[in-house]
Amino acid sequence: MAKTGTLGDKIFRSILVVFAATIILIVAAMIVMMVWNSLPSISRFGLGFLTGRSWQPASDIYGALPFIYGTIVSSLIALVIAVPISLGIAIFLVEQAPKSVASPIAFMVELLAAIPSVVYGLWGIFVLAPFIRNYLGVFLQDYFGWLPFFQGRLTGIGMLTGGVIMAIMVTPIITAVVRDVLEVVPTTQREAALALGATKWETTLIVLKNASSGIAGAVVLGLGRALGETMAVTMVIGNAPQISPSLFEPAYTIASVLAANFAEATDKLYLSALIEMGLVLFLVTFVVNAFAKVLVMGVARGTNAAKQT
Amino acid sequence: MRHFRNTLLGIGLAAIAIVGFGCSGAPIGDSNGSSGDGSGNIGLQGSGASFPKPIYEKWVNEYQKINPKIRIDYQSTGSGAGQKAILSRTVDFGASDDPMKDEDLAKADSDLIHIPTVLGAVVMTYNLEGVDKPLNLTAETIAGIYLGEIKKWNDAKLKADNPDVNLPDAEITPVYRADSSGTTAVFTDYLAKTVPAFKDKIGASKQPNWAKGVGIGAPRNDGVMGQVKQTPNTIGYVEIAFAKANNLPTALIKNKAGKFVEASIENVSAAAAGTASEMPEDMRLKITNADGDSAYPISSYTYILVYKEQKDAVKGKALADFLWWAVHDGSKYANDLHYAPLPEEVVKKVEAKIGMITADGKPLHQGSEK
Repeated sequence: MAKTGTLGDKIFRSILVVFAATIILIVAAMIVMMVWNSLPSISRFGLGFLTGRSWQPASDIYGALPFIYGTIVSSLIALVIAVPISLGIAIFLVEQAPKSVASPIAFMVELLAAIPSVVYGLWGIFVLAPFIRNYLGVFLQDYFGWLPFFQGRLTGIGMLTGGVIMAIMVTPIITAVVRDVLEVVPTTQREAALALGATKWETTLIVLKNASSGIAGAVVLGLGRALGETMAVTMVIGNAPQISPSLFEPAYTIASVLAANFAEATDKLYLSALIEMGLVLFLVTFVVNAFAKVLVMGVARGTNAAKQT
Repeated sequence: MRHFRNTLLGIGLAAIAIVGFGCSGAPIGDSNGSSGDGSGNIGLQGSGASFPKPIYEKWVNEYQKINPKIRIDYQSTGSGAGQKAILSRTVDFGASDDPMKDEDLAKADSDLIHIPTVLGAVVMTYNLEGVDKPLNLTAETIAGIYLGEIKKWNDAKLKADNPDVNLPDAEITPVYRADSSGTTAVFTDYLAKTVPAFKDKIGASKQPNWAKGVGIGAPRNDGVMGQVKQTPNTIGYVEIAFAKANNLPTALIKNKAGKFVEASIENVSAAAAGTASEMPEDMRLKITNADGDSAYPISSYTYILVYKEQKDAVKGKALADFLWWAVHDGSKYANDLHYAPLPEEVVKKVEAKIGMITADGKPLHQGSEK
């Protein structure tokens, strides 16, 4: 025992430092590589790259705005649908369902998370797109057609379909994390609430409030997955670089344009523009994560304040 | 704590320095190493166009039965990537549907030769419920659809060419390739050649600037096929081998002689035969809108790209032998896989080209072996 002593600890510590350093190394290497390779595009277009609406590889015009728009809007659609559903599933599993019901449902949620992206994409083309074209889209157009979001041609391929498929893909992730978060909220809190005469609903609200920072974290994780999702979205979003208020119109995401074009981008400026696009996705993810962190901190402070009063 | 942070920061900076240094280095990957693995086996690497992949795989398989010592590996990465790979010499041969442009050829550090191998065509496929007779389309109507000028299936222009077909009052959704593609190059080359408005607004290229707000994009042939198959009232373009293998409905296209012709192997061959005499010295020929009564107008050659001067005589000889075999004995496999074999006249010119492949200035293949 004594033999390991200080030397053993030192070795152990150095090994851990090396491991920790790999992460920094990888991130640094990626940023440097991407910035370096996108220099031709950055120097040619400057900030105009981010605001340009035109993407024309044939004439060497590259503007990323339609892709940034497509990425953010489709991810938002995904979250708007996925967050309430995930919360509902998680609350049901933790707060309401008997064990005999909860475990099979939890298992199925995990199964959903394990399905490869391309399978979602195929399902999207064969099932979801016709469903949106024949039922959901028609319904939305009939009742909400006065909104600009639901106007125009209904092909079943477009922003809405991309968002819905992403929603299905991020639901298991958000559900799993929220479930874990809710489970660690001490039972004593629920018992205390119930003892004070709170209903199940009121008790759940208290639990949710205490778990809010964890829930926000779960949403951010889901958003991260949605922003980077490639294959399934490429198959149903329509891949047209345009900005249209209508959710039925085709759109394009950053991840999709990279996947579709990287292998064939032989022109130097084209390749550089695609790499800069990767950099933009990196930045968008970074900003969203930072924003979420601030949000989580704010919420956490709020709950702490609540506890103190 | 502070000590740790400084260490990590230091490592991060070191990483940046290392990677930054790496960026300015030479391109990675070079295949001009050994030509064998000691057992006398010769390995050849090729990559490029996805369209001829089925026949190239067949050729590789059959050729290996005759010459077990030669191992050929073909990866379908796309025409553009094939051109890039041969330019950077990461492969022994490249493959492209689209002949290389002058400016790209100029990037090569030594002479590159185009060897046409087989012919293919681009077909128009569509999803129209209740229409089982093949549609008649012209360059004008196809261009009109992709330009967004012909918006509905029952447009007067479409009706005029299809008097017997009950065209629906539905909006047309054209589907195009979202990736850069040799198929798109052939398709747009045909339309730009025949319709001035298409040339001005969209133009001919592997990835043109499609009209805003018209149609949807899908990656690769199977992506376009998937969208057309699943979405009513769509129209898209795919390679003929792809459409035939999947039993897609294909339109008859009006050719230069004014006849509506089917996209068949025979009609592609007719387009090749009608233009064989125009084949230039460097073999780069586009045969869209060809002359001839039965010529299918959206036809094209597909090419293998090799260096005229091979750095490795053993590998170079194996490559020249394989190419020779492919355009002669290999051509009998073309029809079954929905490709058109080269016309006799072109085979003669290819023979001369293969004869020009050298190592140390000496030709690697001596004429006919028959």
